[in-house]
Amino acid sequence: MYEFDYQRPSSLSEAASMLSGEATLMAGGQTLIPTLKQRLAMPSAVIDIGGIAELSGISAGGGSVSIGATTRHAAVADSADVKGAIPALAKLAEGIGDPQVRNMGTIGGSIANNDPAADYPAAVVGLGATVHTNKREIAADNFFTGMFETALAEDEIVTKVVFPVPEKAGYMKFPNPASRYAMVGVFVAQTGGGVRVAVTGAGPSVFRVAEMESALGGNFWASAIEGISVSADGLNADIHGSAAYRAHLVGVMARRAVAEAGG
Amino acid sequence: MTEGTGIGAPVRRKEDKRFITGKGRYLDDINRTGQAYAYFLRSPHAHAKINGIDVAAAKASSGVVAVLTGAELAADQIGPLICGWAITQKNGEPHNAPAHPALAVDKVRYVGDHVAIVIADSLAEAKDAAEKIEVDYQELPPVVDIASALADGAPQVHDDVAGNLCYDWELGDKAATDAAFSGAHHVAKLDLVNNRLIPNAMEPRAALADYDSGIDELTLYTTSQNPHVARLVLAAFNGIAPENKLRVIAPDVGGGFGSKIFIYAEELCCLWAARKINRPVKWTGERSESFMADAHGRDHVTTAELALDQEGKFLAMRVSTMANFGAYLSTFATAVPSYLYGTLLAGQYTTPAIYCEVKGGFTNTAPVDAYRGAGRPEATYVVERLVEVAARDMGIDPAELRKRNFVAPDAFPYQTPVIMAYDSGNYQLSLDKAMEMINASGFAQRKADSESRGKLRGLGYSAYIEACGIAPSAAVGSLGAGVGLWESGQIRFNPTGSVTIYTGSHSHGQGHETTFAQLVSDHLGVPIENIEVSHGDTGTVPFGMGTYGSRSLAVGGSAIMKAADKIVEKSKKIAAHLMEAAVEDVEHSRGVFSVAGTDKSVTIAEVAFTAYVPHNYPEGLEPGLDETAFYDPLNFTFPAGTHIAEVEIDPATGVVEVADWAAVDDFGNIINPMIVEGQVHGGIAQGVGQALLENTVYDKETGQLVTGSYMDYCMPRADDLPSFKVETTNTPCPHNPLGVKGCGEAGAIAAPAALMNAITNALGKEIDMPATPEKVWQAAQTAQAAE
Repeated sequence: MYEFDYQRPSSLSEAASMLSGEATLMAGGQTLIPTLKQRLAMPSAVIDIGGIAELSGISAGGGSVSIGATTRHAAVADSADVKGAIPALAKLAEGIGDPQVRNMGTIGGSIANNDPAADYPAAVVGLGATVHTNKREIAADNFFTGMFETALAEDEIVTKVVFPVPEKAGYMKFPNPASRYAMVGVFVAQTGGGVRVAVTGAGPSVFRVAEMESALGGNFWASAIEGISVSADGLNADIHGSAAYRAHLVGVMARRAVAEAGG
Repeated sequence: MTEGTGIGAPVRRKEDKRFITGKGRYLDDINRTGQAYAYFLRSPHAHAKINGIDVAAAKASSGVVAVLTGAELAADQIGPLICGWAITQKNGEPHNAPAHPALAVDKVRYVGDHVAIVIADSLAEAKDAAEKIEVDYQELPPVVDIASALADGAPQVHDDVAGNLCYDWELGDKAATDAAFSGAHHVAKLDLVNNRLIPNAMEPRAALADYDSGIDELTLYTTSQNPHVARLVLAAFNGIAPENKLRVIAPDVGGGFGSKIFIYAEELCCLWAARKINRPVKWTGERSESFMADAHGRDHVTTAELALDQEGKFLAMRVSTMANFGAYLSTFATAVPSYLYGTLLAGQYTTPAIYCEVKGGFTNTAPVDAYRGAGRPEATYVVERLVEVAARDMGIDPAELRKRNFVAPDAFPYQTPVIMAYDSGNYQLSLDKAMEMINASGFAQRKADSESRGKLRGLGYSAYIEACGIAPSAAVGSLGAGVGLWESGQIRFNPTGSVTIYTGSHSHGQGHETTFAQLVSDHLGVPIENIEVSHGDTGTVPFGMGTYGSRSLAVGGSAIMKAADKIVEKSKKIAAHLMEAAVEDVEHSRGVFSVAGTDKSVTIAEVAFTAYVPHNYPEGLEPGLDETAFYDPLNFTFPAGTHIAEVEIDPATGVVEVADWAAVDDFGNIINPMIVEGQVHGGIAQGVGQALLENTVYDKETGQLVTGSYMDYCMPRADDLPSFKVETTNTPCPHNPLGVKGCGEAGAIAAPAALMNAITNALGKEIDMPATPEKVWQAAQTAQAAE
C-alpha cells in the first residue's frame, strides 16, 4: 500500500472535521484494506471510525430495530433483539462472508460501499429502513443510487440504520460459488406499508420488483409470484452467471424467501 | 487396525505439533541479516513486444539496491529455464523447445511474465520503484486456448515455433486400432474438455538467496518438492554456480501438488542477484502471483472413441488430444500429456488396441505442468467418461460393463498395449466393495425419493488406475527423461541408540516424518520417539530426486528399507562378536539379535553403542552404524480402485449437492492408515474442485486472467463436500520391499470422472467440467424440454 496518515477520532464531530481532500473513512476495513494492499487506492488519510462509541450498538423498541453504523455483522447475527424482531435480518448477517469478515465488517461500511453483490442493501431496501447520517435521514429507496454509489455526500457519515419491524420477512441468497457474495439475494418483507421485494447481486445496485410486490400484496404465498419473471436487461453478467440466469434466479430466490417468511 | 507405532498403525503425525502450534519453519519465517527484498515487475499484457525498458527512475528511487532486466541476465549468461523431458514426435523430430528466459528480453508472452526484478531495502520501496519502470510495450493479439492456437492463422507465440506446435506425438498401434473400429458393433464417442486448474498451495512460492563471498557459496532457501533436482538444474543448466558451491534448502513447505517441482524464474533471479549485490535477496510470492505465474495444470481438449462388440467387450480405443502448454515449457511439461497420459489409457480394462495422438502447443497463458496426478487424471477422465457413455449408448449397466472388461485378478503382470505392465490388482473387488458401501442397489429408491421432492439424482462410477512410484531410471530414460528416478535413504544411529533418517524425498504435507519413522521403528525396533526424519537440505541429505507422482513411500521408503537391511547386516556382525557366536547363527527380529537355541541376545541400542565405542569389536570391521542406500524401482506401481459418487441436483437453480461418496482404493500394503485416509480425503476434495468449482479463465480478446483471485477462482470448501466413505483393498506390490503402491494422487485422479458420471447420469445429458450451477441449470432445462 501507499503511505497515508492514519487517524482515529473519538467522536463523530471530530471524524467529520477530518473528512477533507483525499481522506477516506474506514469502519471494518473489509473492502478498503484489500484495496489499499493492492495499491488500487491512494488516500491522503484513513480515518478509522472504529473508536467512536456512539456509532456502535443495537437497540430495539417502538416497532423498530436500530443498528449503529460500526456494529459488526457478527453482533447483528448474534443479537437477541434482532433475532427476536427481524430474524431474517439476523440470518442475512450470519451469511455474510466468513467468521473473520463478520467479526470485522460493519453495516455502515457495507451500505456506504454499496457493492452490487453485498447482502445488506437487500435488507435496507426490503425492510424500508431509514439511514441516519451526521447530517440527515435518508429513506432506503433514496440511499442506493448506483453501482458503488450512494446518496451520501463527500463529508457525510452514516451513524445508524433504523429498520421497522415487519410482520413477516425472509432473505434467500444464491451465493457466488467462489466469493460467496450474493449472485442473487432477495429480501421479501410484509410490512405495515405493504410488501417489499428487494434484490441484490443481480443488478448494478439493489432494486425492487414492483410486480412481485403487488402480487404478494394480494396473496403472500410463494405461488403468487410463480409466473412473474424479471427481465434480464441490464442485469449483471460474468463468468459465474449470465444475466438470463440471474434473472431466473431472482424468481427462484424470491419464491424461496417468501416461503421462508412463512408465506 | 494395528496398535503401537509400527507398520499398519494409525500413528499421529509427529510433525503436526509444530504445525498446529505455529512453530513450522516455512520460507517466509527465515530471514538473513542484511537481506534485501525482491519484487518482480510482471507483464500486464498477454502478448507484447518490448521496444525498450527505462529503469533510470526506478534505480534512483528510495531504498533501491538494484533493478535488473533480461538483457543483463543474458549478458551474465544465466539461464534460460529448461524443460527436462525430450519427446520424439510422430515424424521422428524432437519437440520444439523455444527459449525460456527468466526475464523477458524482447517479448512478453503471458500476463504475469517476468519483466524485471527490483531489489530494495524494503518490499514497499521495491514496489514503489517498480512503478517507476517505463516499459515501452507494443501490444500483439494474444491466443489463449489451444484449439485456436493450433488453427491456421493464429497469433505466433514464438517466432521460431511454426503454428505454435510443440509436438505432434503418438502412442499405440494405429493400424490395429483402426481395424478394430471398422469391425465394431458399436462406437461410443465423446468430446471433452479437461479444464485448466491453478494449484493454490497454501504457502505461496518463495525464495531466499544468500551469498557467502568468503567461501564463494550460494545458499537458496526455497519452496521446493525436490531440492537436489533444483540444485542440479540451477548448477548444470542455468549457470548459477557449480553444484558444490550451491546449497538448496527446502524447509517446511506448505503444499505443492506438483507446482513446486519446477525450477522457476524467481529463485533463479534471486540467486543471480544475491551474488551481484553481495546481499541476501528474499522474494515471497503474493497470492495474485501464485494465480498468474505458478505452473497451472490440465487444460486438454479431447475427442475419444471406444469400439465395442455386441457383448460390450472393448475392442479398441482411439484418443486425440490437444494440450495447452502455456507460453513456455515448464520443467516437466512435455511428459505430462504424453508418457504420463497416453500410457494410462488402458485403464483397468483389457482393451487390446489403443491409439493416442497428442498435439501440444503454445498459448499466451501461464505455463502448464504436472499438477496432482499429472496426466493420469486426464487419462482416467477420458477412459471413465467414455466407458459411461458406452454403457448408456448400449443400455448396459455401467458397473456390469466395467466388470465385463476388467483385467482379471489372475492376469497379472498384465501388459497393456500402451507400454505399461500392471503389477497387481483386483479391480472387481474394489468395485463390489464400493457398490456395497454406497448401497448401489438402493439407488433407484433414493432417486425416486429425490424426484418426489422435485430433485434429480445420479450415480457415477470411476474405476481408475494410475502409475506411481515413478520410476525405473532406464525406462524413463528411454522415454526421454533427463534424470533418473531412483531415491536415496540413509539411517544414522547415534551412539545412544537413537536414529536420524535422511531421505531424498521431501515432505510438504505428506507426513513423511511419521511414516518413515514407522518403517524404521517397526523394522529395527527403535522407539518412534527416538527417530528423527531429516529432509530437504542438499547440504545434509544424500542426493535424492524428491517427492511427486506418489513416489515417496514406494521409492524413498524402499531406499530406507534397503538402508535398514544394511544396518541389520552390519549389526549382526557386531552382535555375533558380543555374543561370541557365529554371524550365521545370529537372528534378527525388530532390533533384537539372538542366537537360536540359546538365551543370548543383544539389542540394537547395545550394538549401536558398541559400534561407536568399539573397545570390544570384530576385527576388521569399520566403526559406526550409519548406512546409505539408493533404490531404483523395478517398475511403476499401479494403485487402482473404484470411487462412486452420488449427487442430488436442484433443477431450479442447477446446484449440485454431492450427496454421498464411496472410495475403495488399492494402495498395496498400508503403513499409516490415518495418513492414507487423509491423503484420499484431500485428493477427492481437489477432484471435486475440478469437477464442480475450479476453472481458469483467460479473456479470449485480451488474454487477461479473469480468475486471478479467490473472488472468481472457486476452491472447494468443507461445506461443498460430503463425509467420505473410504476403504482400501490391499493387493501388495510385488516388486518393492514394502509392497506399497502410493496414495497421494488417487483421489484427484478418480474423483472428477465419478462426479461427472453422476451428474450426467442425473441430467441425461453431457456437460463439461466444471459443472457450474448455470451450466447444470441449462442442461436441466433442455433435458426437461426434451421430455
